[in-house]
Amino acid sequence: MANLKEIRTRMASVKTTRQVTSAMKMVSAAKLRKAQEAIIRIRPYAGKLHDILSNLSESLSSMEDNPYAIDRGYNRVLLVVINSNRGLCGGFNANVNKKALQLAHHEFGEQLKGGDLDVLAIGKSAFDFFTRRDFSVKNENDLYDNLDFDHVSPIAKSVMKAFTDGMYDKVYLVYNQFKNAATQILTSEQFLPIVQEENEESNSNIDYLFEPSKEEIVKELIPKSLKIQFYRAILDSNAAEHGARMTAMHKATDNATDLLKELKLHYNKARQTSITGEILEIVSGAEALNG
Amino acid sequence: MYLEIVTPDSKIYTGEVKLVQVPGTDGSFEVLKNHAPIISTLNAGKVKIVEEDDSEKFFDISKGVIEVNRNGIILLAEKV
Repeated sequence: MANLKEIRTRMASVKTTRQVTSAMKMVSAAKLRKAQEAIIRIRPYAGKLHDILSNLSESLSSMEDNPYAIDRGYNRVLLVVINSNRGLCGGFNANVNKKALQLAHHEFGEQLKGGDLDVLAIGKSAFDFFTRRDFSVKNENDLYDNLDFDHVSPIAKSVMKAFTDGMYDKVYLVYNQFKNAATQILTSEQFLPIVQEENEESNSNIDYLFEPSKEEIVKELIPKSLKIQFYRAILDSNAAEHGARMTAMHKATDNATDLLKELKLHYNKARQTSITGEILEIVSGAEALNG
Repeated sequence: MYLEIVTPDSKIYTGEVKLVQVPGTDGSFEVLKNHAPIISTLNAGKVKIVEEDDSEKFFDISKGVIEVNRNGIILLAEKV
């Protein structure tokens, strides 16, 4: 059994740790709310854009001309790995890294061997992880400092340009989708070429006027829609990060509380033993004098 | 007619309007009640709307799309 002073210092340290984790939990909760609002705000835009696009594609048969939908086989692959700059959020970062690595080894093993697989890391954790494993990595870590559409869209644009220029033939996104504060859904989806959706039953047969022309509009809308998709993935990941950190910190706080309780018990026991010992000494000392 | 102006970061405007003037790629045009369905891309410029009580409002947008469909107008702008 440790002595009293040792236990006391230990208790003090656990207490400060608990303070830190609970403060981090509060901060994450506040950030989570903000991130969640951002996703909720983008949903109408993404939804409306999708509506217009699907209205459009009904009256358009030649989606094949679309430079973003060309399937050139699997030659050069880009993995866009989205996670966070900071740690202390449970398995959040590790899960994404693991998933991306798995994807790289299983799906694109040949490209990996031939050096035709690049990683675009959004988040320091992904960057460190893949640099350590000697992947060719580009990174965009500064994004999270001010996360808005203006900062995300150039990145999306450069990815799209690399695709249309033939630098990459396939682009995948790997990220955590935000479901709720406690749950993230690990997602990997094909970003480019565009996966054609099955045409749902069309109910609106409206004859639209197009200005300047149908083709022009499609050319304008598809990149926009892709950019939004990209932005949305990043927002999702951002919200998921704060959710994950909040849960992790909540657990850490709980654990610290448990530990503290246990230590308190030890401390009191040790204290009692030492007092009993002292009394015993005094009493036996007095006995000896009387005797 | 019901107008919604949406950007990736927020919903800028929703409400009943009498008139919307937008900077179309092929030239500025106005949308009044019962306008034919139209989809048009927009250039950077000023959007003018006249509300039910005849008050005017202006928004500066940078690129966008407008969809008019049965007196429902959706204006998607990249930035306002």
